Amino acid sequence: MHKSMPDKKGHFGIFGGRYVAETLMPALLELEEVYRAARKEKHFRDEFAYYLSEYAGRETPLYYAKRLTEKLGGARIYLKREDLNHTGSHKINNTLGQGLLARRMGKKRVIAETGAGQHGVATATVAALFGMECMIFMGEEDIRRQAPNVFRMKILGAEVVPVLSGTATLKDAMNEAMRHWVARVRDTFYVIGTTAGPHPYPMMVREFQSVIGKETKRQIMKKEGRLPDVLIACIGGGSNAMGLFYPFKDSINVSMIGVEAAGRGIPSGFHAASISAGTVGVLHGNKTYLLQDGHGQIQDAYSIAAGLDYPGVGPEHAFFRDTGRATYVSVEDDEAVAAFMLVSKLEGIIPAMESAHALAHACKLAPALGKNKIIVVNLSGRGDKDAEIISQRIDGK
Amino acid sequence: MTGRIERKFRDLKRMNGKALVVYLTAGDPDMQTTRSLIPALEESGVDIIEIGVPFSDPTADGPVIQSASQRSLHKGTTLSGVLDMIESLRTASDIPIVLFGYYNPIYSLGNERFAARAKQAGVDGILVVDLPPEESHELTRHTDRAGLDFISLIAPTTSDSRIAKIAKNAAGFLYYISITGVTGTAQPVMHNIRVDAERIRKISALPLVVGFGISTPAQAAEIASCADGVVIGSAFVRLIEEHGTKDGLVRIVSSFVRDIKKAIS
Repeated sequence: MHKSMPDKKGHFGIFGGRYVAETLMPALLELEEVYRAARKEKHFRDEFAYYLSEYAGRETPLYYAKRLTEKLGGARIYLKREDLNHTGSHKINNTLGQGLLARRMGKKRVIAETGAGQHGVATATVAALFGMECMIFMGEEDIRRQAPNVFRMKILGAEVVPVLSGTATLKDAMNEAMRHWVARVRDTFYVIGTTAGPHPYPMMVREFQSVIGKETKRQIMKKEGRLPDVLIACIGGGSNAMGLFYPFKDSINVSMIGVEAAGRGIPSGFHAASISAGTVGVLHGNKTYLLQDGHGQIQDAYSIAAGLDYPGVGPEHAFFRDTGRATYVSVEDDEAVAAFMLVSKLEGIIPAMESAHALAHACKLAPALGKNKIIVVNLSGRGDKDAEIISQRIDGK
Repeated sequence: MTGRIERKFRDLKRMNGKALVVYLTAGDPDMQTTRSLIPALEESGVDIIEIGVPFSDPTADGPVIQSASQRSLHKGTTLSGVLDMIESLRTASDIPIVLFGYYNPIYSLGNERFAARAKQAGVDGILVVDLPPEESHELTRHTDRAGLDFISLIAPTTSDSRIAKIAKNAAGFLYYISITGVTGTAQPVMHNIRVDAERIRKISALPLVVGFGISTPAQAAEIASCADGVVIGSAFVRLIEEHGTKDGLVRIVSSFVRDIKKAIS
């Protein structure tokens, strides 16, 4: 059994915390207070459950991937179909939760950072639903490679602010969102999209996303009469993985594997594998594993999957890695693309490039396990947004 | 032993003067220029120098200091290099020096090692933007022992009870952020500053310095009337951006700071 984490100051062991400018501290303290009060209230929990089911369309199926399982010839593979949520990914679970908090706090304005655009779309959706003004910060490089999501955000009434600094990807979008939040902290709610950032975000996002693991537990018991042997999920900041893992954390016979993006291979330097190849540092309000040089300057991440293209990872994953509760591996672009194609053709499900990283690892692992073993893969989002990248890649070869 | 910062404020108080604090990003446009500017600034009336240590992701800074940090990092600036520069400077200047930056480069060097090295190099105070009192202990237990002043920030959003908590661990001076925003991006509102300055003075006797968004002698004069000092940051960094690689840089920046110093005297 793990002690309840985080501690009062938001630390998971040495990780986490609140490393932010003083201007933001009062807002974080207020948010934590409001959140702690809300989660105890039946009314808030009922409201959250109502929107998850009636609006997002939960619960999502736990689908037995028969043809994929037969093709790989090993463990039985189940897919947790988060791609079937309204807006097309698990991100809506969290934005509904934070949207309800924003409404409760009387905020009329929400902002968010986005990489693949899934979190941006999910935030813009909730802003429309609750009648709030919405501003999304997105790196210019990501705007280019995830164009369909940019249109969706605009249709939903959000303003999409292009971020040009750094590599113009998720890290830079988060920098800019934090700067904007500093300036508008009094009337603006910052909807962070992953289990990272300053406390209470990692804890809060984990709890909003843990509906994934809770459902999975119930569903697998019904289908198989026992818990799975292995859980697999991709890791950018780590929200879909934490959502799946957390409800299983005390079931020690269930092993948990987080899959990072190895991009063009870790030795190439073009990757986003913060846990596999990073060191401990402080960025975006929390202490965690980061890609950085020997002088504490953050290095650019790279992945074909915009949602994994981040040089850090949520602090609780860093903690799980150090305590050994979860293991972390990495998958290269080419392997993810192969899994993307395989699952599309065998199962008729086009996964997000992010989720394809988790699938790629399942493809490696399943044949090595016996047929009596069970793997659950979090299919965190759908891949329509990636069609263009994939077609360019196929044409280019 | 009384530090350079405390002595500076004591001397200023005796003469009824206000402190002019100037921020510059180390290594912009290059470390040699930074090294040569500091004695010139001291001569022109600057009381305290804030030396910015560039960081790749400066989330509390506006566009001017972001660009300066990028230029400096492209030149290969490191925290160790900044400390070496300060050490070499100490033969020529006794001006109080505050190191201003983000936590990660310090953490990367090692908190204990950093504290010892900064003290040895002749640094007087440190200001770490993303290290609020909730997290600062891991660093201050080393910097306090080394005798470095831990300069703390107070924002317009900071409550009275937080001011008390911050002041308790602070040394050197308190730095009031005059705008709700990142550096150099908005005009400070005089009325708010006056109200907050009074609020802070009721709680702490430490010298109070005001910064973020002050760019003209007139603004500086107005703010100095309710504080013990003012910080000029982005406005100064912009001058370096414009004239950094040209002849006459020293003359231009010296005349700029002399005007501000005159306005607050």
